[in-house]
Amino acid sequence: MMYQIRDLHLSLPDMTRKPILGHAPQMNILKGLSFDIPKGAVLGIVGGSGSGKSTLGRAMVRLLEPTAGQIMFDGKDISHASEDELRPLRKRFQMIFQDPMSSLNPRRRVGGIIAGPLRLHGVDVSGKVDEALEMVGLPRHFATRYPHELSGGQRQRVGIARAIALRPDFILADEIVSGLDVSSQAQVLNLLEELVRDLGLTLAFISHDLSVIRRLCSRVIVLRNGEIVEATETVKLFDTPQADYTKELLQAIPLPDPGQTWT
Amino acid sequence: MSAYLSIRNLSVALKGGGPILRRVSLDVHPGQVHGLVGESGAGKSMIGKAVLGTLPRALQVTGGEIWLDGVNLETLPPSERRRRIGATAALIPQDPLTALNPSKRIGPQITRRLVDILGWSRADAQNRALELLAEVHIPEPARVMRNYPHELSGGMRQRILIAAAFAAEPQLIIADEPTTALDVTVQKQILRLIAQMQARHGTALMFVTHDLGVVSKVCDSLSVLYAGLVVENARMRRFFTRPIHPYSAALLAATPTYTDPFGSLKPVPQNVITAVETEVSQHDRRTGA
Repeated sequence: MMYQIRDLHLSLPDMTRKPILGHAPQMNILKGLSFDIPKGAVLGIVGGSGSGKSTLGRAMVRLLEPTAGQIMFDGKDISHASEDELRPLRKRFQMIFQDPMSSLNPRRRVGGIIAGPLRLHGVDVSGKVDEALEMVGLPRHFATRYPHELSGGQRQRVGIARAIALRPDFILADEIVSGLDVSSQAQVLNLLEELVRDLGLTLAFISHDLSVIRRLCSRVIVLRNGEIVEATETVKLFDTPQADYTKELLQAIPLPDPGQTWT
Repeated sequence: MSAYLSIRNLSVALKGGGPILRRVSLDVHPGQVHGLVGESGAGKSMIGKAVLGTLPRALQVTGGEIWLDGVNLETLPPSERRRRIGATAALIPQDPLTALNPSKRIGPQITRRLVDILGWSRADAQNRALELLAEVHIPEPARVMRNYPHELSGGMRQRILIAAAFAAEPQLIIADEPTTALDVTVQKQILRLIAQMQARHGTALMFVTHDLGVVSKVCDSLSVLYAGLVVENARMRRFFTRPIHPYSAALLAATPTYTDPFGSLKPVPQNVITAVETEVSQHDRRTGA
């Protein structure tokens, strides 16, 4: 198993209710989640805004520390691992962010952005940047460009190149196509499919868009208010959704079809 | 039925630079919803901004006519144009958090336009706002009037902007991606609400979106834009059964559809992009732009 997650709880301070003096009250975001991700699987994580899907993702790559419960990464308990213990592992799990404009440093060239994590982990950089660019289908000379010179789809490819340059075992992709036009969405999804296949990646794909999940993921968990309301194979989720919330989500999607009954 | 908003050969360009809109023509009828679709940068939002007179300062209208209720806006003096637009048209913006003033309570943000521009009394405006908040299904309108924007959810904020847009009984509303920032379940409620309000008030609605799924739910007709050029004007049902322009068909095939995961989400083919790019440059040569 790549990930085994048991009874995961996470609370964060609610800054909107913080008194002027004293601590902000804790808000329970994740309320006891348990699931596994087998090696080589592509897991979809869906839910509405505020369902805790991004918080779950951040806990999985230990940008956040769980309040209770256990996160096992490749058989190792990382729930409360220190930064020192995590550092060698970070090379093995990488993250791609939703908004490439704010997750790529605007003052660095594409080449420097991709080489950054390689240098941090003391990996020999030579040739790796070109290789990563090639794998995401960008020409080599893009290494000298700045993020603002690229289109949205190209920027997201740079985000992907940065994540795969370290040859991680696991990638967390948090809403990485929701900011893109449909035509770039299709290209980025095709690319991700290829990379999962060619590099043998394990992928967790966070999205609010069930159409995209259906295309990419073998299993899905549906979150609502920090709890899993349904966890199943993708095909089953769409053919025979069990939870009322899943049905509601499915029915709310406007299909490009005037004949769809939608009210 | 004559159109309430009629745009003829509208061209907008960067000051001292290239074209943004290329001789756009379209009609929006009373009680009808006209969609503007296209990818980011296609200029769909700029059409609405040109009508409302809120184009970014770097852009200018370089040709064409905008007819509103039988009057060509481009021939009016600026003050008269502003007065006419202010009295008859309204906008539902994309992001309800930036459109609302974070330091002001909800109530005055809805009534301001009624009091300042239309000269209503404060009490009348207050009553009208309460009435509208109830109409957009906001629970406890009187309490919400005293709330600040950050105290409300995204869906609630968008309802408030819808209420504010309908406040002065406009005959034209321009909705610019009004549900892009929302969840699918909230999006459904908001789209239904906009459709109900629009039908009840008989408003002409211009609906900017990049989502063809949304178009198929709310629009009666649509224009497809590529690089500021309208490649197709169509009735909604015909468009979804028989798109005429290859770019329209490609856009439709790229739209994610969970019922058909492998027949949808197809990248726009390179030959379609090349063809439509050629069309754009031929258009520019022909019009001398």
